[in-house]
Amino acid sequence: MVVLFGLFLLTLLVITALGIVNADNLFAAVMLMGIFSLQMAAIFFVLDAADVALTEAAVGAGVATMLLLGALALTKDKEKRRRRRRWPAIVIVTVTTLMMIYATFDMPRLGDPQAPVHQHVAPWYLSETPKVIDIPNVVTAILASFRGYDTLGEVFVIFTAGVGVMFILANGSGNGRRTMVPSADSTGLRHHLVPRVVGRLLVPFIVLFGLYVQFHGEYGPGGGFQAGALISAGLILYALVEGEKEALRAIPLSVLVGMIAFGAFLFGAVGVVGMLFGGNFLDYSVLLSNPVAGQHLGIMLVELGVGITVTGVLLTIFHTIAARRKDH
Amino acid sequence: MQIALDIASWTLLIAGGAFVFTGGLGALRMPDFYTRMHAASLTDSLGTILVLFGIALQAGVSLAALKLITITLFLLLTSPTAAYALANAARLSGVNPEHVVATNEQR
Repeated sequence: MVVLFGLFLLTLLVITALGIVNADNLFAAVMLMGIFSLQMAAIFFVLDAADVALTEAAVGAGVATMLLLGALALTKDKEKRRRRRRWPAIVIVTVTTLMMIYATFDMPRLGDPQAPVHQHVAPWYLSETPKVIDIPNVVTAILASFRGYDTLGEVFVIFTAGVGVMFILANGSGNGRRTMVPSADSTGLRHHLVPRVVGRLLVPFIVLFGLYVQFHGEYGPGGGFQAGALISAGLILYALVEGEKEALRAIPLSVLVGMIAFGAFLFGAVGVVGMLFGGNFLDYSVLLSNPVAGQHLGIMLVELGVGITVTGVLLTIFHTIAARRKDH
Repeated sequence: MQIALDIASWTLLIAGGAFVFTGGLGALRMPDFYTRMHAASLTDSLGTILVLFGIALQAGVSLAALKLITITLFLLLTSPTAAYALANAARLSGVNPEHVVATNEQR
């Protein structure tokens, strides 16, 4: 059954990818990329990777599509067509494809317990997580505690991305800031009654679901990254239906910038506090007298930091793009 | 009791599948944008909701059924809104229904 689903979804994925390559209307390409992400999320879910599926659906299909549409509102929506055949490109793609197909012959069967990936460190994580950390979601245990360094690095990558977008796009935004939500004026969709009413109804529930994903990440699929994407998707919806100005009145840009820095700071600070208590950097066991409770506290704080930074960065990117004027 | 539940849930599932199929067929075969969109919105609202209710009956009284009903409510709100927004955007950007245009010009 899994194989059948996988084949079906992968075929759809290939068709969608060909559609993206062939589309010369960039608007259609962006929508197809959203569909691509949704199919990717479905494939991850079929393969039992619920955490990744949630991220892909929230970021790839939701927020990224929104940001690309916002960027598209600033440029033309037709691709510049080059009719020239690019033989080197075709040769490289063909050779790479053949090599990858050849490599698949050596791959273990899907779900094979003897596969190297299931023999290396995975058994150790599975047997140690209940003893050392005692939370049901092993993915969160690995992400936040066992491999906390990697996650700290990811948070700094997102932090850098947010700062970079602000540096490149937010020129002269200090005075005379003009607001332009894509495809609408500064009043948003106020004059479109149906999307406005439904949007207002849904925003609190989306944010609530984001908070659930944030604080339930130790027990079910989820965590800071997914929660950040969900909460910012809800707040972007608010900005779309109520207008850019209202959204910035609810959460000003200065608060968002503060959130970007604070989340990354919180993550690092938890690590440093662990050092002050006599443990290693990002060792949560020393935070409380009971090591397991210390791990719980550390994971919660670290995930909170991730969520705050992701929310701040995504919303800042949205507002920065929305505030750009269209170049003529 | 179990048989009655099974019959009810399968009826819902098959009806939902039929609506999804009709919607897909309509999206391919209808003449212009609005009629195609009308057919496609059928897939979203009626088809998916019937299928979800069918699955909820299979799940019985459980957390899964509650989640499915929540998803149904969410879809009931969002998919007609999406259809509305799509049609509205098309109208604002000047897409006209094919046959109405002809009759308007005749008048």
